Amino acid sequence: MTSSSNNDPSVFAEQLAVRRHWLLCAPALTVLFLAASGPLLIVLVYSFLESGEYGGVVWKPSVDAWFRVVFQRDIFDDTLSLADAHLKILWRSMRLSFFTTITTLILGFPTAYFIATRPQNSRNIWLFMVTVPFWTNLLIRTFAIMEVIRNEGMINTLLIFIGVIDAPVQMMNTDFAIMVGMTYVYLPLMVLPLYAAMERLDFSLVEAAYDLYATRLKVLWRVIIPLVRPGVVAGSILVFIPALGAFVTPRVLGGGKKMMLGNLIELQFGAGRNWPLGAALSITLLAVVMVALLVYVRTVQKNAELQR
Amino acid sequence: MNILSMKPKTFSLRYQPGFTIIALACFFMLYAPIVTLVIYSFNAGKYISIWEGFSLQWYVSAWNNEIVQDATIRSLVLALQASLYSTVLATMAALGTTRIRPFRGLTAIYAMINQPLMVPEIVTAVALLILFAMIKVATGVQGLFYLVAAHTAFCIPFAYLPIRARLEGMDLTLETAAADLYATPWMTFRRVTLPLMWPGIIAGAMLAFVISLDDIVITEFVKSAGQETLPTYMLGQLRRIITPEINAISTVLLAISLLVVSFFFVVSHKRD
Repeated sequence: MTSSSNNDPSVFAEQLAVRRHWLLCAPALTVLFLAASGPLLIVLVYSFLESGEYGGVVWKPSVDAWFRVVFQRDIFDDTLSLADAHLKILWRSMRLSFFTTITTLILGFPTAYFIATRPQNSRNIWLFMVTVPFWTNLLIRTFAIMEVIRNEGMINTLLIFIGVIDAPVQMMNTDFAIMVGMTYVYLPLMVLPLYAAMERLDFSLVEAAYDLYATRLKVLWRVIIPLVRPGVVAGSILVFIPALGAFVTPRVLGGGKKMMLGNLIELQFGAGRNWPLGAALSITLLAVVMVALLVYVRTVQKNAELQR
Repeated sequence: MNILSMKPKTFSLRYQPGFTIIALACFFMLYAPIVTLVIYSFNAGKYISIWEGFSLQWYVSAWNNEIVQDATIRSLVLALQASLYSTVLATMAALGTTRIRPFRGLTAIYAMINQPLMVPEIVTAVALLILFAMIKVATGVQGLFYLVAAHTAFCIPFAYLPIRARLEGMDLTLETAAADLYATPWMTFRRVTLPLMWPGIIAGAMLAFVISLDDIVITEFVKSAGQETLPTYMLGQLRRIITPEINAISTVLLAISLLVVSFFFVVSHKRD
């Protein structure tokens, strides 16, 4: 490195600066590699090993875990069939995450628009009010929503009190409960990027549309939504990814009966005692998340090119 | 524009039918459950849904509960250590990734630092469970060390973001002036750069503290037997009949988070 730069002092100085910057990043990168990124490789390795009898693994290569993600072998006659339970949980995870993303979008879009159209000085207060729930403990927020939808909770008590129903409606331990809970806990993640996009919205374009006799709905659909599309995509990704890997919310509101992928993974490392299968499921989840992130990056790049 | 919208009977560019109602309903939805939870922590009765008068008994019983005391202390010690270490590491990394022309590998550094934000927590939790199980078998070392390491790692991006934002908005001329006045690089850093960075560092440390204090998934997987933190204790209580004691603990945790986050807003929105 030094030999090539002797002839030009400014190049040499820059190389020194780059090296100093790398050294400054090194400790953080080391910790992140040891306790965040690196261990992911071990998970990948584990997914190709045989399961130990009492948890853990036997160090023999095997694709059995990957096989068992989708198939199951009959214990009596060894015939193969699709692993219904796993597929059902995978499907539930995808479905609930998708619907959660849609509901947070439907609720979050008007909320972000409302904040973005407040006068400058009150805008920060509204924004702060969205941020506060985001920084409060996820478990506490899940407990709070449980209080609302329990059989003895607020909604049922209220409905019985005004006489709409005689017996409480069972909402806990259903897919609906998980979806309501996830919508509740992830709503701020949708509002914040939407707001960031709407804050920069150029209202002279909206004015132009009205001048050309566009209706309110047309302005929303053809002007505002296309202009804030990057925010919509960012918010959707920010909600979809944690929803797909959700663990606490389905555990509390699904009551162990309605599992999502995160709970299935935990089961394999706990009572299920099949670490390789748990590892294979984790890698599956990671892969889906990576695909979602790639789609996001592509969309952002496309938008950047369009605006150039 | 403000003036425009205040004029009576002017056609408003910004109005969209129904948006305000949905937004206000959302704010109500966001806060109503939390407020209810807080109110019922002061309930005299044993059931969370029947109000029987004001009382602080659940706070007293939580305070006297030895498992809760133990978990609280562990949570705080863990959050303090993790936020301290991650802030130091993040400050160095922020200095390493700003105020230089983009160099080769910078994108890779960003990706590495932000990695905990992108990988689902449950996957990291499982990965750490496997890694730490291997280390524990190999070395026999036990203790809080594993939780501190895990928390430090996932707190780094949260500490890093406000510090980097601060550094990017900083005026370089002051440092140049110090150098012109024959300050050594270390003196320039100590007397000029660091004091200017301080609000960013404080903000980063506070975010890291709240993130560590609230973590549940990674802690649940990494902790050894008897290493309960407040969130994992609360999750464990779910199997029993929940008493308002949980509401009381939640309220205290909420108050801590709220305090720290409000302080964060004040610090990070203050212009010099």
